[in-house]
Amino acid sequence: MIDWSVVVVSLPDFFSGLKVTLLLLAISLATGLLLSVPLAVARVSSIFWLAKPVWLYTYVIRGTPLLVQLFIIYYGFAQVEFIRESAAWNLFKEAWFCAWLAFAINTTAYTTEIIAGALRATPHGEIEAAKSLGMSSFNLYRRILLPSALRRALPQYSNEAVGMMHATAIASTVTLVDLTRVARDVYANHLATVEAFGTVAVFYFVLTFTLIGVFRLAERRWLKHLRPQTDAAPAIAVIAK
Amino acid sequence: MLHGYLPAIVEGLLTSLQVAVLSLAIACIFGLVGAAAKLSNSRAARVVVDVYTTLIRGIPELALMLMVFYGGQALLNYLVTKAGGDYIEVPAFTAGVLTIGFVFGAYMTETFRGAILAIPKGQMEAALSVGMSRIQVLQRITLPQMVRHAIPGFTNNWLIMIKATALVSIIGLDDMMQRAGLAAAATRQPLDFYLAVAAIYLAITTVSILLLSRVEKRFSLGVRKAEFK
Repeated sequence: MIDWSVVVVSLPDFFSGLKVTLLLLAISLATGLLLSVPLAVARVSSIFWLAKPVWLYTYVIRGTPLLVQLFIIYYGFAQVEFIRESAAWNLFKEAWFCAWLAFAINTTAYTTEIIAGALRATPHGEIEAAKSLGMSSFNLYRRILLPSALRRALPQYSNEAVGMMHATAIASTVTLVDLTRVARDVYANHLATVEAFGTVAVFYFVLTFTLIGVFRLAERRWLKHLRPQTDAAPAIAVIAK
Repeated sequence: MLHGYLPAIVEGLLTSLQVAVLSLAIACIFGLVGAAAKLSNSRAARVVVDVYTTLIRGIPELALMLMVFYGGQALLNYLVTKAGGDYIEVPAFTAGVLTIGFVFGAYMTETFRGAILAIPKGQMEAALSVGMSRIQVLQRITLPQMVRHAIPGFTNNWLIMIKATALVSIIGLDDMMQRAGLAAAATRQPLDFYLAVAAIYLAITTVSILLLSRVEKRFSLGVRKAEFK
């Protein structure tokens, strides 16, 4: 029932779609992570004018669909005259730039909340101890709060990363030829449903579980201290030598 | 307001809400059946549901939606024509609702499974030991308590789902997003319409959060919260 020749012929297209999906994911996640650390620090701040705007930003972004956000940037901004007449228009007329911007804005909002939650979960004693040693608040964040909060955020962040990978499929609606767009094109050209969507499902599936695997490795490295220590045998073995 | 397209957008909103509510109902049914199967003694049932939840959570909603919309249509017609029937066109509305319901059923399965596991086992054993039937245990002991544990996950799933309904426009459903696109093309004012749609979605999610937190409070009466002092 499956026409393998269709799958074989379109494999190169699927791989170039994979490249687009991965590139979109990488630049969006990198931007998101970079922006969300300072925003999370602002979000937990006790200064009203620092915390509230960030709250509003994450609330609005998390309360609206990504598709709408992308359409506002890609189609909507073309309506605004001063954008169309400024130098930025060279960027905003590119689907690539709009997708990157929309995805980065979106994932930054979610990641900010994740890191802010992890910051709030810091045991009070750690902050007190750091202050009692005379640490400045910059050093407090750099040495105590952020290293452990970013570690604590890792499991939730892996969910966000997988979610973002799935969200890149939405880029197919603004002319970008990612995995999903390739599947739609293959379907349209060959009218081969199982071949087109089955293949793309396999691609996404492998991608999802690779991503989950990478985060497991990261957790094994950075959350080593949280794993249950079931046996003390290695330590004894070292002494015995 | 909105260059005279407000009524059209509101009509689209009604379609979006219908899609959301109907898919929620389907997702809950899939979720309850799935959770029951995952916790059952039947190995076959557990494997089937494990495959279902793993597969669904590994593939983007949009790709799944296209797959079910086009693939489901092809499969249905393959079966129908084999049985000697005529070609059937699956309406986009049905395909959209079924797909979203099916996809979020997988997420609901995990939510409900966790909620059932959060109820102390002794309670079910006690109920069985006083002679209640399994159905009675479900109806009197498990379900009422499950609701409380399921609400946070349920709220989360619902919020993701209501936002996912924006995707049904891609398979040609005449929802709010589609209407906004048509109005944007006709008036050349896309920003106005997409901002309006964003505002409507934000209103829906805000109302949902407020309502569901009240429901949670209602079901958590008599449960003492942990106090941090």
